[in-house]
Amino acid sequence: MIGIIDYGAGNLFSLKNALDFLKLENKITSSPEGLREADKLILPGVGAFPDAMRMLRQSGLTEIIKEEAVKKPLLGICLGMQILFEWGNEFEKVQGLGLIPGEVTLINAPGLKIPHMGWSDVKIENQCALSKGINEGDRYYYVHSYKAVTEKQYVSVYSEYGDYIPGLVFRDKVFGTQFHPEKSGEIGLRLLERFGGME
Amino acid sequence: MLAKRIIPCLDVRDGKVVKGINFIGIKEVGDPVECAIAYDKQGADEIVFLDITATHEGRGTMLDVVRRTAKNVFVPLTVGGGIRSAEDFRELLRAGADKVSVNSAALKNPAIISEAAVKFGNQCVVVAIDAKKTGDRKYNVFVNGGRIDTGVDAIQWAMEAERLGAGEILLTSMDADGTKQGFDLDMLNAICNVVNIPVIASGGCGELSHFTEVFRKTSADAALAASIFHYGELTVQQVKTEMQVKDIPVRVL
Repeated sequence: MIGIIDYGAGNLFSLKNALDFLKLENKITSSPEGLREADKLILPGVGAFPDAMRMLRQSGLTEIIKEEAVKKPLLGICLGMQILFEWGNEFEKVQGLGLIPGEVTLINAPGLKIPHMGWSDVKIENQCALSKGINEGDRYYYVHSYKAVTEKQYVSVYSEYGDYIPGLVFRDKVFGTQFHPEKSGEIGLRLLERFGGME
Repeated sequence: MLAKRIIPCLDVRDGKVVKGINFIGIKEVGDPVECAIAYDKQGADEIVFLDITATHEGRGTMLDVVRRTAKNVFVPLTVGGGIRSAEDFRELLRAGADKVSVNSAALKNPAIISEAAVKFGNQCVVVAIDAKKTGDRKYNVFVNGGRIDTGVDAIQWAMEAERLGAGEILLTSMDADGTKQGFDLDMLNAICNVVNIPVIASGGCGELSHFTEVFRKTSADAALAASIFHYGELTVQQVKTEMQVKDIPVRVL
């Protein structure tokens, strides 16, 4: 069962709809027991880094997520991916979950529109358990103004938007997508399906 | 590189698609959900529902249509028509819309743009502008399906909408709309040049070449069309194949 972590930041329904469509058993949860019971976790998120971390702390789930992330696969999506890193720099410098080394900074793409919104093609940096089936040139749906800055060893796929944009990041059992697999059509659903099939 | 988007638009009244549809193999011809699924399969990058329902009961029906669509279509969904308040945004976003487009209510009360942008994020606020040429490089915003001239300058209004927090502009040329003579390139350029948010071109496309033309001659980010797709004259797939041939960045399935 996939636990969708509900901490007040973000639209959980699209993700739930996608998992239901794929017939992947899932449950929206905001309790420590719920997170422990699940065999996989998804951390969604829409909004700003500081708000998300504040809400996560208020929900009392921060430490439990860190504990569970070494035991079972965890997938952060969009802002949920960003807060997997050590630091955020949206409005102010704020500590993240620190599950993947690196920080989150404003996209530096002179002359291009911010947010980076729409379908961008990806390139492969490193293969990981979730990248099987992703082909160079596939397009995923992004909506974001900040990007992860991390060592290449943690980047599985990336896009170029006047800047290097990590699209899929990973470290051990922790994964994150800057793009929205639940809004990326068929290939996005396939990624969620692979996550659902992980041990 | 970001792909140029192709967006089919469905007009919905009381939960039914208004215009006739020539899709092959869908169960209920007038069901917006079935149509949205068909467009998704053709490779639509986004789907727009324009709710032209007048009654209160119809609004609830629309929410149900959005809910059912969101369970079956996994590309961004934009809903517009009759949006009056930030509360309307909330209801549609909760039902599963990714973006909400607001038109005349924003003209009456521009604060709705900033209120919705602060509450739900700029990315989900689309400001729809219906405009007509009224002079040399001068365009006015019209309402009520192009019948009433508000006297508001469309270029100024687009800039104001961006300043207030709009994440995107959906620009319909009331001169080009229905003519099938191509998008209004002059108007699009006039607006694209003054805003730094994505602009969706709407109104006037009647053949394949109009899509490639709008992306070659303007910096529009997306092209929206209704009847050309409704009546099965073209599929989204055909448009994308043509764009690919002409080296325009496009998402192909």
